[in-house]
Amino acid sequence: MDIEKLNKIKDEYSKIIQKKRIMVCSGTGCTSSKSDVLLKNIQDKLEKDGIKNITAHKTGCFGFCAKGPIVVIDPDEIFYELVKPEDANDIVEAVINNKVVERLLVKENEKYVEKWHKLNFYSKQERIALKNCGKINPEKIEEYIALDGYQALYKALHMSRDEVIDVILNSGIRGRGGAGFPTGKKWKFAKEAKGDVKYVCCNADEGDPGAFMDRSILEGDPNAVLEAMAIAGYAIGAKQGYIYVRAEYPIAVKRLNIAIEQAKKLGLLGKNIFGKKFDFNIELRLGAGAFVCGEETALMNSIEGKRGEPRPRPPFPAVKGLFGKPTLLNNVETYANIPNIILKGANWYKSIGTKTSTGTKVFALGGNITNVGLVEVPMGTTLREIVYDIGGGIPEGKKFKAAQMGGPSGGCVPAKYLDVPIDYDSLNEIGAMMGSGGLIVMDDSKCMVDIAKFFLEFTVDESCGKCPPCRIGTKRMLEILTRITEGKGKDGDIEKLERLASNIKKASLCGLGQTAPNPVLSTLKYFRDEYEAHIYHKKCPAGVCKALTQVHIDEEKCKKCGICAKNCPVGAIEGQVGKVTFKINQDKCIKCGVCITKCPFKAISK
Amino acid sequence: MYRKKKMITLTIDSKQVTVPEGTTILEAARKIDIDIPTLCFLKEINEVGDCRMCLVEIEGVKGYKASCVYPVEEGLVVRTNTKDLIDTKRTILELLLSSHQKNCLTCVRSTNCRLQDLCRRFEIPDLEYEGQMPEADMDDSSECIVRNTAKCILCRRCVNVCKKVQGVSAIGNVNRGFNSKIGVALGMGMKDSTCVGCGQCVIHCPVGALVEKSNVGKLREALADKTKHVIIQTAPAVRATIGEEFGMPVGTLVTGKMVAALRRLGFDKIFDTDLGADMTIMEEATEFIERLNKGKNLPMITSCSSGWITFAEKFYPDLLNHLSSTKSPMEILGTLIKTYYAKKEGIDPKDIYSVALMPCSAKKAEIIRDELKLEGGIQAVDNVVTTREMARMLKEANIDLASLDDEEYDDPLGEATGAGHIFGTTGGVMEAALRSVSYILDGTEIKNVEFKQVRGTKGIKEAKINIAGKEHKIAVSQGLANASKILDEIREGKSPYSFVEIMTCPGGCINGGGQPIVDEYKASKIDVKALRAKALYKADKKAKHRKAHENQSVKKIYEDFIGKPNGKEAHRLLHTHYNKQEVYVEK
Repeated sequence: MDIEKLNKIKDEYSKIIQKKRIMVCSGTGCTSSKSDVLLKNIQDKLEKDGIKNITAHKTGCFGFCAKGPIVVIDPDEIFYELVKPEDANDIVEAVINNKVVERLLVKENEKYVEKWHKLNFYSKQERIALKNCGKINPEKIEEYIALDGYQALYKALHMSRDEVIDVILNSGIRGRGGAGFPTGKKWKFAKEAKGDVKYVCCNADEGDPGAFMDRSILEGDPNAVLEAMAIAGYAIGAKQGYIYVRAEYPIAVKRLNIAIEQAKKLGLLGKNIFGKKFDFNIELRLGAGAFVCGEETALMNSIEGKRGEPRPRPPFPAVKGLFGKPTLLNNVETYANIPNIILKGANWYKSIGTKTSTGTKVFALGGNITNVGLVEVPMGTTLREIVYDIGGGIPEGKKFKAAQMGGPSGGCVPAKYLDVPIDYDSLNEIGAMMGSGGLIVMDDSKCMVDIAKFFLEFTVDESCGKCPPCRIGTKRMLEILTRITEGKGKDGDIEKLERLASNIKKASLCGLGQTAPNPVLSTLKYFRDEYEAHIYHKKCPAGVCKALTQVHIDEEKCKKCGICAKNCPVGAIEGQVGKVTFKINQDKCIKCGVCITKCPFKAISK
Repeated sequence: MYRKKKMITLTIDSKQVTVPEGTTILEAARKIDIDIPTLCFLKEINEVGDCRMCLVEIEGVKGYKASCVYPVEEGLVVRTNTKDLIDTKRTILELLLSSHQKNCLTCVRSTNCRLQDLCRRFEIPDLEYEGQMPEADMDDSSECIVRNTAKCILCRRCVNVCKKVQGVSAIGNVNRGFNSKIGVALGMGMKDSTCVGCGQCVIHCPVGALVEKSNVGKLREALADKTKHVIIQTAPAVRATIGEEFGMPVGTLVTGKMVAALRRLGFDKIFDTDLGADMTIMEEATEFIERLNKGKNLPMITSCSSGWITFAEKFYPDLLNHLSSTKSPMEILGTLIKTYYAKKEGIDPKDIYSVALMPCSAKKAEIIRDELKLEGGIQAVDNVVTTREMARMLKEANIDLASLDDEEYDDPLGEATGAGHIFGTTGGVMEAALRSVSYILDGTEIKNVEFKQVRGTKGIKEAKINIAGKEHKIAVSQGLANASKILDEIREGKSPYSFVEIMTCPGGCINGGGQPIVDEYKASKIDVKALRAKALYKADKKAKHRKAHENQSVKKIYEDFIGKPNGKEAHRLLHTHYNKQEVYVEK
């Protein structure tokens, strides 16, 4: 491969991707809603009608997952939502006739919006890591090349290794996987480490519940990661790269394999890349589902075939990592930014985001929010903008209570911080963390003690068991939380939780244990009154904890219809139709809430 | 080329210390007698930073760091005892206690338990975090070792000793998180694992999760049974260690006191395994000469260490023909007790209860081997008790070994030479053989009996010796991982040796799995193995005879009973054979 050849492919395919193309999302979310059948139907229709100038392709995630399957008609960028396989004919007909299938458009403020960048969901987004998702067929390297793919690698190979690292350092980019360590520094350490053999690793073991940005990048733009790893390999002096990817991501694995094969074929991986004295190869390693394998040293143990559990640091991976050799490890989203940074320069990247957190961040928006999906926004965007402007607010007219940021290692952010600009440092200050960018919105029907318990259950399950503070400590915290939610909380429990939490954070061997208490600490900080209500007043203010909740029938509102009693699964409601108001026998009631939803007169409440 | 290590100066708890580059903070602290608490640390074997008890605060470094794995840096300022650190460690101990089976009053490790020590040091006010106990296993399937994971604190010392020192990897971590435990692959019992019974896991366990399988109860019964003639034999290494259990310094030789104590306990006869060792030499050296003459099955490998025999049968079944067919000293003496002695005294062998006091847990499995059964299917040795078990028995019988006057072994199986004494340390069997081989070959008596090349702590020791004008290379290895290096060479046909001594345990029997357990911190201050070995070399030096063939009792046994070494009767009584054991071996 030389630059002329690369540019020739670029020219050829730039034209191709500018033609009329029907792009069907083929990410995991849309695929599970039959987008694969839809694509086939569209292709069959095109073939049946003998249409050659319009083509249909799979593409990566658009992020608007709540509205999937999504189809976009390029180059006009017409955006269709909730498309079913049977809509194929209508879509093809419309494309042929230069029309729009109105019923499949997104409706905002009673108006149909045609173009995807005009949608509120995208208005405040800036897609860098996700830039190719939705635009190209991820199974065709040429389409990646058409959008400047592998130009950054060419450019980097014509810079000195120090120059490459300087660009990354100056861009200010920080690790997108969790702790936010400056990426350039990591590269510098790895470059400076002495060693005949070095490795470049990609952490694609995305384990945070609800987070799926890494999966979407791998599914929608796998070559961006390969290119970035090759650049990193050049910069630190490594010939071999490993991508540690979850086996639960079959589509990502498949596309990575295709991308690696195609890159090898074109000489973009392999020996003497771009005629330079630089060899680089990439292999996949499949993870088996342990959350802790996202921790860098545990990940390396796992690649080596050992039990996936962390090692103490020092020695740091940059000095002694995979197979005892200097190793650079970044996560998928971090890598996805690299080619752009090399091409457009550090200053361009620095101009986006805040001073200490440059660039953009992808968040996986979930929970009680209208627009569930992936959003990429400049650092410094406020939570309010994400939740209300992009996310479309809380459904069913409920109120925002808190957002869990950073997954089970993060913390909850209460409503009073809705206007804090989100970056690494501001989140740390308020007791949450960027983490991998999981953002779970909770409305006012959620019990925060129950939420803390939920996240702790996850970490207890995922603790590797190596060190006692995490192995036993998180379990003991969970036991205390469980008894609080069961109405058996005791005076002193909050203090016990606080003491345990603080010592687990200080004493644990790895990031998993060191951050495991965060959900408890942050809910204790902002919702201490809820804990106290559970322990001292034996009440769950949100009405979630069954042992602390009673369901009542308002005598004045009750019309003696008996519908509640008829629907009660345990026969806990007594009364006489038309004669005696109905009452709930609290000893029998299992607080399932069926009566509340069935009562036509809204006479029943918790 | 040897490069002098750079020296690093740092400050720990306001005191400066200078140590070579590469030293950990923990070791630097120990150098100035700061005993940072540890549970999992085991030098060169388990340096993992798991237990978190050795956390320290380092100025300018974020978070607490495990000092056992943190290398020193110039100018570091370290605190080991801030209020907050102490509280953090107290919490860790409380958590460990909350998932630990706390039956300390009945635990065999009580008063010699690292966890108990630390809890006392840190004054745990209350058991605050009691809760669910993790899943636990009680595995008593092995003849040698009992595992009770309810007491395990998951320090993994056992796992890494088994893996790195012994190359056996019988146990490892199973499950994850709260239900993590140490177990055998596929949920099997130790009996079906690659375990060789050496007990190195037992002597390195900081708590009572791993103990020897006790047969003390049966021994108590035998001693109380008037119809039984109860005989005990004592292994070479026990005389160098059992004093420790009675408060005597490591390395105190207590042969006479031990004999006196055993007599107080009620044994009818007290014999010396060292006599069996001397006979082992007669047989083994003769066997070696035969093999040399025939040029067959070389190198010959010693066969007295029973953990090694199991290891060979499980890991190197293709090399069993290299093992000497001579029985171990314990089995030879046991055989003599139930044949020679029984006949001489006119006692029915069935009325003899033959006990062996051993430094070893693997011997407990050796005595039941079918290959070693005597005529009529009886065992040569009926019960093996370890040094630790015997110390407990003596204590319960109000016998303070340390205060007793020396007494002598009984005839006719109580006489031993210095050669027999040194069987208890690495290199001893080889040295003993070398003292006799020329004599057995052609009657030449060598003058210098001390073979310093085969002594010491090196994992594999080599020497060149001259036998009948021909130079031979020999090797001595300790710890089965070292043995594997020699065995792999033999397997590949590249072994340069004629004769190899293999001892299962590092240091040999003086550091066997049945020996007194020395706390890791105490062990870091003294060289336990060297001190114990020194005691045996002392016994050797003051012995009347120092060559096995000079043992007058042995001579008489050959004359009266066995005939010639390696003769027909010798083969019937003093030799054995080995069989492949099928186990799942992790590649």
